[in-house]
Amino acid sequence: MGGLTWNYVLKRVGMWFLTIWLGTTIIFLIPRLAPGDPVAGVISRLTAQSGYIENSAQMIEAWRARFGLDQPWPVQYIRYVGNSLRFDLGYSLANFPSRVESMVAQALPWTVGLLLVATLISFVIGNTIGALMAWERTPGWIRNLLPTTLTFTSIPFFMLGILLIYVFAFGLRWFPASGSVGRGLTAGLNWPYIASIIHHAILPATAIVIASMGFWALGMRGMMITTAGEDYMILAQAKGLKPSRIFWLYGVRNSILPQVTALTLSLGGIVGGAVLVEYIFAYPGVGYLLYQGIVTSDYTLIQGIVFMLVFTTATFVLILDLLYPLIDPRITYERG
Amino acid sequence: MTVQMERRQAAQSVTANGRAVTLEVKNLKVYYATPTGDVRAVDDVSFHVYKGEILGLVGESGCGKTTTAMAILRMVQPPGRIVGGQVLLDGIDLVGLNESALRDVRWNTLALIPQGAMNSLNPVMRIHTQIAEAIQTHEGRQPKDKLKQRILDLLSMVGLPSRIYDMYPHELSGGMKQRVCIAMAIALHPSLIIADEPTSALDVVVQRVVGQTLLDVKERMDVSMILIGHDMGLQAQLVDRIAVMYAGHMVEVAPVEAIFSEPLHPYTQLLIESIPSIKERKPLKLTEGITHDLRNPPPGCIFQERCPKVMDVCRRDRPPLRQLKPEHYVACHLYE
Repeated sequence: MGGLTWNYVLKRVGMWFLTIWLGTTIIFLIPRLAPGDPVAGVISRLTAQSGYIENSAQMIEAWRARFGLDQPWPVQYIRYVGNSLRFDLGYSLANFPSRVESMVAQALPWTVGLLLVATLISFVIGNTIGALMAWERTPGWIRNLLPTTLTFTSIPFFMLGILLIYVFAFGLRWFPASGSVGRGLTAGLNWPYIASIIHHAILPATAIVIASMGFWALGMRGMMITTAGEDYMILAQAKGLKPSRIFWLYGVRNSILPQVTALTLSLGGIVGGAVLVEYIFAYPGVGYLLYQGIVTSDYTLIQGIVFMLVFTTATFVLILDLLYPLIDPRITYERG
Repeated sequence: MTVQMERRQAAQSVTANGRAVTLEVKNLKVYYATPTGDVRAVDDVSFHVYKGEILGLVGESGCGKTTTAMAILRMVQPPGRIVGGQVLLDGIDLVGLNESALRDVRWNTLALIPQGAMNSLNPVMRIHTQIAEAIQTHEGRQPKDKLKQRILDLLSMVGLPSRIYDMYPHELSGGMKQRVCIAMAIALHPSLIIADEPTSALDVVVQRVVGQTLLDVKERMDVSMILIGHDMGLQAQLVDRIAVMYAGHMVEVAPVEAIFSEPLHPYTQLLIESIPSIKERKPLKLTEGITHDLRNPPPGCIFQERCPKVMDVCRRDRPPLRQLKPEHYVACHLYE
């Protein structure tokens, strides 16, 4: 059993840096490889709107200087990487003079709150369903019921969202159709405010949970069936252990390992938001922001969000790699 | 086997040579359901195990050795099922027990040393936890230091160092894992231990060590054992009596010396002859002929299609297992 060595930690942190650096480089290169000049694009759009703009050539030059686009690529690149590492993501092109990092910072708590909770609920429910589906001792009626809960998974989740809004927001009027919190409430740790947040989050969270739990359930079912054939399951039964103990400590415990890897990856991705769900429910999260960025060709905003994504995914993978030997003793730090 | 003979044998087993009987299997039938009919994996098998002896159960792959063992443990996996017969362990018929009574019997009086030494321990659980759970499931919670001392004693009894107490299975060699399984099997002083090819995945040197460990344990605890295997050399060194199975039937049961010095059943004779010798190379004889379809056994002797001494009567009547000499049973028309 290898302990956590400095050598391993350094190696993994180095990998983390490398991933983020590669990510930022790609984010930097792609818009510059695309044809066209963003400043000229904005000016020509303005020109199209107002018919004629005086000194447009000088304006382009001035703005290019303002954004540092007159510098040679290597200088731009070094400045860009430096700024990114300080989380200085620049100005939004569409909402100047708003800064990208503050726009993301406003949207992030909503997204993280909604998706973190929804993803964890989905993980727990999905894996439980999957494990029960594969467990031979599961009562027959539960086993017949479980696959029907998964049929919702095959409905695209934006359709599911629309359906939920139609039934529960417009029909039954149990939940609000859009937004993240009621108006006229004092923000802070008071019950009406928190209750309103939960009230607004239930429908989008339900859409995400129902849409994604099938993924967990099917993965878990497959793993449980594989585990059920292992020799240690036979010995566990011969030892006269209680079925519940065999189910949890032998079946689920061994089957959950690859699921945890998948969970980490999906947690890393949640800062990207669930674009369609947030759009349908007008939920002011990162996904909604990303949608707006795409619609308004707000390159700096898109870049900023993608950078955040790269950063959090890499960070979650780093955390997973450091923690994984705790849940699977066969993985040792030395091999990393 | 006729009812009279069964009765006689039962009466014998209590008083035979003044020896007590731990296990008595009577007319056991285990069939596997297939779309084209039942496969008779174990068909009308009867034998007994004396207290404090090792009974070797031999036969080629697929002859029903492991199925017999699993049936004694009441762990035949579907589509297999016990169709009939009795398994009397210390006078209690295991076939009739309900699930919770069965869980009590398992490990308390009937332990298993499994076939797959390499994969029979839960990979994510420490060695001491796996032994402790067997103890605590049946004896309730134990004081921590007492439990630890008991586990360390068990480990030293099978020749394992105390440092493996805290280890995980993947940190042990195959032979060590198998000895952990032996330590686990004797933890509750069972009446009977079924060792299902306990050495098949190990190299010869480790086989000897594990075999010696089994002998030591038997001597010290006066436990009865069934040693399943097809390694005749290992059987010769470890067991007291040998039961030979062929195609789901018991064809010969005799003390180990008699099996090697004067095997009576033609199949046993071929089996003994086919033991490789380092002194001379001889061609294999057993490859002639094929086993019949287990779904549809022919009338008469089950070995008729491969038997070199087959007679007309063999194709007509099935020979019962009869006692020819003291402790020497054979199912063959040659000796009528």
